[in-house]
Amino acid sequence: MEEFSLSTMIAVFEEMFGAWLFWAMVAVAVAITLAWIYVLVRDRALSFRKYLVAQLSMPFGAVAAVWFVMWITNSTLADIGGPIDWIVLLGVAVLGAIGLAILVYVVQSLMRGRQSEA
Amino acid sequence: MRDISKLTASRRAFMGLAAGGLALAAGSGAAKAQRVSTRARIVILGAGAGGAAIANRLMDRLDGAEITIVDGRSEHWYQPGFTLVAAGLRPASYAVSGTGDWLPRGINWVQEHAAELDPESNVVTTTGGQRLEYDYLIVSTGLVLDWDAIEGFDLSLVGPEHGISAHYAGPDYAETSWRALDRFTDEGGVGMFGRPATEMKCAGAPVKICFLGEDIATTKGNRGKCDFVYNAQAPNLFGVPVIHHRVRQIMDERDITYRYSHVLKAIDPGAKTATYATPDGDVTDNWDFINVVPPQRAPQVIRDSGLSWADRWTDQGWIEVDMQTLRHARYPNVFGIGDINGVPKGKTAASVKFHLPVVEDHLVSEIAGREGTRMYDGYTSCPLITRVGRAMLVEFDYQDNLTPSFPGIIAPLEELWISWLMKEVALKATYNAMLRGRA
Ligand SMILES: Cc1cc2nc3c(=O)[nH]c(=O)nc-3n(C[C@H](O)[C@H](O)[C@H](O)COP(=O)(O)OP(=O)(O)OC[C@H]3O[C@@H](n4cnc5c(N)ncnc54)[C@H](O)[C@@H]3O)c2cc1C
Repeated sequence: MEEFSLSTMIAVFEEMFGAWLFWAMVAVAVAITLAWIYVLVRDRALSFRKYLVAQLSMPFGAVAAVWFVMWITNSTLADIGGPIDWIVLLGVAVLGAIGLAILVYVVQSLMRGRQSEA
Repeated sequence: MRDISKLTASRRAFMGLAAGGLALAAGSGAAKAQRVSTRARIVILGAGAGGAAIANRLMDRLDGAEITIVDGRSEHWYQPGFTLVAAGLRPASYAVSGTGDWLPRGINWVQEHAAELDPESNVVTTTGGQRLEYDYLIVSTGLVLDWDAIEGFDLSLVGPEHGISAHYAGPDYAETSWRALDRFTDEGGVGMFGRPATEMKCAGAPVKICFLGEDIATTKGNRGKCDFVYNAQAPNLFGVPVIHHRVRQIMDERDITYRYSHVLKAIDPGAKTATYATPDGDVTDNWDFINVVPPQRAPQVIRDSGLSWADRWTDQGWIEVDMQTLRHARYPNVFGIGDINGVPKGKTAASVKFHLPVVEDHLVSEIAGREGTRMYDGYTSCPLITRVGRAMLVEFDYQDNLTPSFPGIIAPLEELWISWLMKEVALKATYNAMLRGRA
C-alpha cells in the first residue's frame, strides 16, 4: 500500500464488513475485554477453577476460528503453502483460543457472581 | 494490493488489533493535507476505478472548485472480481454496485458519455450535446474491448451451449462464462486460453482463469479428460521475465500446454475451431471450450481528440502522458489515470491506486502555485491465482523489478494461501476504500 496507515486499515476493514458491523464487532471485543478486566479487579484474583474451564475451551476456539476462516475464504488446509501461511493460520488458532477462553472466563464470572474459591 | 491480509485472518485477530489501534488513532488524527481554495473548473472523464477515486480526493483537497464527472454508465463494475465470478466462486452481483454510490456530495455528475473532446479549446461535448468547458481535464475512461476484431465472435455466443467464455465483457458475461467452464470441466475436451497482442488490463487474468479451470477440473476428478492449452501472444508467458519463468514452471508441473506467439484472430463457433496468427502463418485448432480475451484500445472519442501518442501504440491510441508525472506531454492541463495512460506498464486497479496520489499532487500543487513532486514508478500488482486457495502476489515496476510489499514475509513467486487471501478477501475492500479516496 502506498500510504499505509491506521486510518487506511480502518477504512479497509469498514469496507470488508460494512461500517456498522465492523464497529459493532470492535465494540463487542472492547466490551468483553473490559468485562474481563472488571471481574479481575472485582475478584482481585484470577480464579483457577474458572481459569481451568476457560483453558479447556481453548482448543474449541482454535478449531472454530480456523474452520471459520477457511470457510469464509473458500480455502482448505491443503492450500497452506509456505511458512507465512502456517504462521497466519497459527495466529488465527491462537487468537481463536484466547478469545474464547476470555469469553468463557467472563461468562462464568458474571453468571456466578463473586464467589470464594473452594 | 499491499496491505492487510495478514490481519484479515480472523475476526478476533482484527478485533483485538482494531481495539488496540483505536487508542493510537485518537492521538494521530490530524495529519491531513491542507485544503486549497480555488475556482478552477475540473472535468473528469469516466467514473470507474480511477475517476471515482480522484473525484473523492479532489473534493477533499479543493475548496470551491467546480468538479464535473462524466460517465453514462449507472453501474460501477469491480472488475478484479470478474475472475472469481468466472470461476464460480462469486455471483455476478459481487462485482456490481452503483456509480453514484461512490461519488462525493457536491460533485456534478453528467450521466452521459463524452462524445467529443477538444484539448485545444478545453471543451468536452457529451453524447447528449452538453458543452463542458474546463481548466483541468482528467482522463480516466478506461479502455474498450474490441470484440469485433475476433472474426466470427459475438457476445451472444458466450455460455455453455457453445463452450465460449468471455469474462472480460462484464459481470453477467462472467457468470455465463462460468457456466461454460463448469460444463467443460464436467464433460472434458480441449480448453483454449490466451491473450491479445495489444496492451491489456490485468495481463495476468488470462493465465489465472486457465489455472483456475485446471484446478477445478482436478477437484472434480475430471482432469484426465480435459486438455488445457495456453496461447501466449509473445515469445513468453508474461512480460516480466522472472514471472514468465515461474508461470512456465507451474504450467509444466500441471501439464498445461503452452504455445508462444499465437494470437487469436477468428473463431468458428459451429465447427468449434479457432484460428491463430503465428510467425509461421495461420494455424487452426479445434476446441471444446475457449476463453476469448479481445484486443484492447482507447475509446474512439479519445483517439479522435489528439491526446494519443502519434508514434507509439498507433493501433491502440493510449494517451501521451509523462510516465512519471502522468501529465500530458503536449497539454499540461490534462492528466491521465488508469488504463487509458500510454505508459509501459500498469493497466491494473493496483496501478490506479498509485496513479492517484501522483495526479492529485501535481494538480493540487499547480492550483496552489507550487510544483508537484510525486512520481509514479510503474508499480503494478497482480495476485496471480494459481488455484482455488492459492496465489502468487507478484508486484513489479517499469524496470521489471519485483517490488514486494512484504519483503521477506510474503514471497512473490511462491504459491501461498496468504496471497489468495489478498485477492479473495482484502482486494475488494481495499479497492472500495480507494474509490472513497481513503486508501
Ligand atoms: C477480468 C479482469 C480481471 C482483473 N483483475 C485485476 C486484478 O486482479 N487486480 C487489479 O489490480 N486489476 C485487475 N483488473 C484491471 C482493473 O479492473 C482495471 O485496471 C481498472 O478498473 C482500471 O480503472 P480505470 O478507471 O482506468 O477504468 P475503469 O474502471 O474501467 O472505468 C472506466 C470508466 O469510464 C467510463 N467511460 C468509458 N468511456 C467513456 C466516455 N467516452 N465518456 C465518459 N466515460 C466513459 C466507463 O463507463 C467506466 O465507468 C482486472 C480487469 C479485468 C477485466
